[in-house]
Amino acid sequence: MPLGSFLSPQTGFWQNAEDTAQNYDLNIQQSDLKGNAKVYFDERLVPHVFAENDEDLYFIQGYLHAKFRLFQMDLQTKAAEGRASEIAGPVAINYDKEQRRLGMKFAAENTLRVVEQDPAALARYTAYTKGINAYINTLTESSLPLEYKILNFKPEQWSNLRTMLLLKMMAKMLASGTEHDLENTNLRTILTSQQFNMLYPQVPDSLLPIVPKGTIFPRPMHQYQLPAGVDSVYFHNQIATAASSQYPEDKDNGSNNWVVAGSKTASGVPILCNDPHLELSLPSIWYEMQLTTPTSNVYGATLPGSPFVIIGFNDSIAWGVTNSQRDVKDYYTIRFKDKTKKEYWFDNAWKPAQQRIEQIKVKGEAPVFDTVAYTIFGPVMYDAADTVIRQDALAVKWMAHHTGDDGSAFYKLNRAGSYNDYVLAIKDFECPGQNFVFASTSGDIAIWQQGRFPDRWQGQGQYIMPGQDSSYLWQGYIPQSENPHALNPERGFLESANQRPADGTYPYFIPGTYITPRANAIEHFLNRMNSISVENMMELQNNNYNILAGQLLPVLMTHTNEAALTPEARKYLTIIQQWDLNAGPQSTGQTIYQFWLDSLQRNIWLDELVKAGSKVPVPEEQTLMELLKIDTTALGFVDNKNTPQVETLSDLATASLNGAAALLAQSEKDGKLEWAKFKEPAIYHLLKSNLPSFARTHLPVGGAGSVINAIKKSHGPSWRMIVQMSARPEAYGVYPGGQSGNPGSRFYDNAVDNWVQGKYYQLWMMQKGQEGDARIKWTMNFIKG
Amino acid sequence: MLMKFFISLFSIAVLSFVVGLYAPWWSIALVAFIVSLCISQKPGSSFLSGFAGIFLLWLILALLINAANSNILANRIGGMLGIGPRPVLLAFITALAGGMVAGFAALTASYLRK
Repeated sequence: MPLGSFLSPQTGFWQNAEDTAQNYDLNIQQSDLKGNAKVYFDERLVPHVFAENDEDLYFIQGYLHAKFRLFQMDLQTKAAEGRASEIAGPVAINYDKEQRRLGMKFAAENTLRVVEQDPAALARYTAYTKGINAYINTLTESSLPLEYKILNFKPEQWSNLRTMLLLKMMAKMLASGTEHDLENTNLRTILTSQQFNMLYPQVPDSLLPIVPKGTIFPRPMHQYQLPAGVDSVYFHNQIATAASSQYPEDKDNGSNNWVVAGSKTASGVPILCNDPHLELSLPSIWYEMQLTTPTSNVYGATLPGSPFVIIGFNDSIAWGVTNSQRDVKDYYTIRFKDKTKKEYWFDNAWKPAQQRIEQIKVKGEAPVFDTVAYTIFGPVMYDAADTVIRQDALAVKWMAHHTGDDGSAFYKLNRAGSYNDYVLAIKDFECPGQNFVFASTSGDIAIWQQGRFPDRWQGQGQYIMPGQDSSYLWQGYIPQSENPHALNPERGFLESANQRPADGTYPYFIPGTYITPRANAIEHFLNRMNSISVENMMELQNNNYNILAGQLLPVLMTHTNEAALTPEARKYLTIIQQWDLNAGPQSTGQTIYQFWLDSLQRNIWLDELVKAGSKVPVPEEQTLMELLKIDTTALGFVDNKNTPQVETLSDLATASLNGAAALLAQSEKDGKLEWAKFKEPAIYHLLKSNLPSFARTHLPVGGAGSVINAIKKSHGPSWRMIVQMSARPEAYGVYPGGQSGNPGSRFYDNAVDNWVQGKYYQLWMMQKGQEGDARIKWTMNFIKG
Repeated sequence: MLMKFFISLFSIAVLSFVVGLYAPWWSIALVAFIVSLCISQKPGSSFLSGFAGIFLLWLILALLINAANSNILANRIGGMLGIGPRPVLLAFITALAGGMVAGFAALTASYLRK
């Protein structure tokens, strides 16, 4: 925006400086409404929407999402579609290319086509879209959200396709970074299959799976055919590739959820808990709402850009989600006839490839073009030139490319009244695979890992696969009824925290990017707890116990040669010996542990693994701990291959602590030995480090990726919810942000401090007849006409 | 003389505010220009009346908005523009920018009249 316009108190940024006593009362007349509706805002600016029918309900949800979060929705869907360069300029060209190569828009179009076959679903999405546009059409120069003024562009009309794009963005966040096929391929050029399976195990020794151990699984019906010559062609013939994603998703895009049965609670009714771990941002990814019609009533976290409540409760049930971490994306080599990428070799013939010419518009520059070839597998993600050593292009096959109407699972869940309704609601949900935890006022607790997953043969899709014929294609899908699930287990609780869903007896090959320790910590506590109260659950969601450090430290300390430690290292060893294993904000033990562990991991793995390229993941901390417990040479990896002598664990543990101590001393001098001071947790505005003054930094919170309170630097519990399933469910929740996306509003970040302190708000399911309640501060009237 | 100056200043401020409710920000230049065409003054006085009219209007508006907002946004924008959390300074910069635009518009009109 030109400076004069930006500064003008009548049109510029000052107009976004909201009166702290702002009155949100409003009358809105809309010809698209079928009836009248009312929205009651409480003191936290949470809207309680009362509409006469579904379409009006979602029209209003769209209107409110846009009114409070328009920039976020607009930015996220543009980014999903690969149009970030239109806003950010040339720096985003590569990001946009990657989005288009992955086929994000292709995936959204395919899903929209399915939605359009179902008139009722289409009507709901269309009402939502109309609601957003009704708000966009009210905007004037002065009422434009602040970010448009800063970046000097205008919001674009919404469409059903953009809703689908938003859902595909979630799919990408949760079901795209859950594979390491390219990295695995490179690792196999330096590791034997036995080493690979030990360092990157499918079933960790200490796994506590989502469905309790001992669950009997039915014999699978699958009848797949192994490709001819799979051993020599695939398993023992991996050629390194230089292709890799430039914008990988955070591997800790995970979550916790658990549910305890009435037998374990003080109240005698189930308690359900959920905290999804995502990138933390201002505004938050979540927006809290109550959505009510004469036939339905639901409260919870909604996702601006999509209708429905995603995580929440109604009068009869509560549900929550965590990510399944399952690998649903594979790469296939493609041999093009020539550089035009018009034909590729498949089943003994040249087969024509569909081509999409992608035009990437760039702010301030000429547009950039990219031709993306679509094969039978999916879009060609990497051209032959990108793969360098391999002279093949790579096509990507991804579950999210072809799904049904996943969003409507939430529509049904919002209205579910029983376990059976819940099962029916989620059974068609395909991607991203989620662990849907469930509790009902009738006393049931359950969990289903739901998604559509390929029925793979052992090892299929772990590495790049040959794409010259159909033999490596997915041959079928795991029947939905055989997705791992559990209902009312003896032990009285169920939990999921991104671990493998089932133990080794599950009769399918299910690779993924699983995370083991958090689930172990949750079970550690839930097993011991009885007469559980809501407050106990709040404490558990904020628990900082580092279970993995508790397992690994004794091994390291036993092998540390104290005589060979520097005085500094000895000092830090003393601190860590007295550490209570809590990664709290003031903990110095956690900082020392982290430095020591990082140093040790570098020393053990990098001398060998670096040969497979810098992007390969080092084995999990969990795997290291398990390995060292049985073999102190860690299959020989403890030895540094670059030195003539043979190093022992004692050498490495000692040297790593000495190395860490030097860095720690520096950190301590800077006043950064305490965990929160070192970690500097921060929540940035969506435009990140471009707008540091819009962020909340130096938050005094503890936590770590592998503890229950999974707060990393700016990633962690994006919504904490606890629901006690009393006759009228009693719920608590908090997210690190505020209901308004406007940085000039007092509701922009008003909940951050409570979140930091582990405090919760009571979530008020407003009933008809409570219109005079003191909690209601403002009212919007939606009037038909 | 002084009377003319104040009438001019006051007209520019009031008219700019009213027009600004409906028109883009650069209407301040238009208003200052037209007022200055109608009320004959020396170039220096013209400039000053335009400058002061908008300077005061924008300063008062910005300070009022900021007071109601408890500095929330001005602190953040101040950080973004590199002046730090100094809302009053930001209001002065705002007023200065508007004042200059209106001042030069008024000055132009005054020369045109000659």
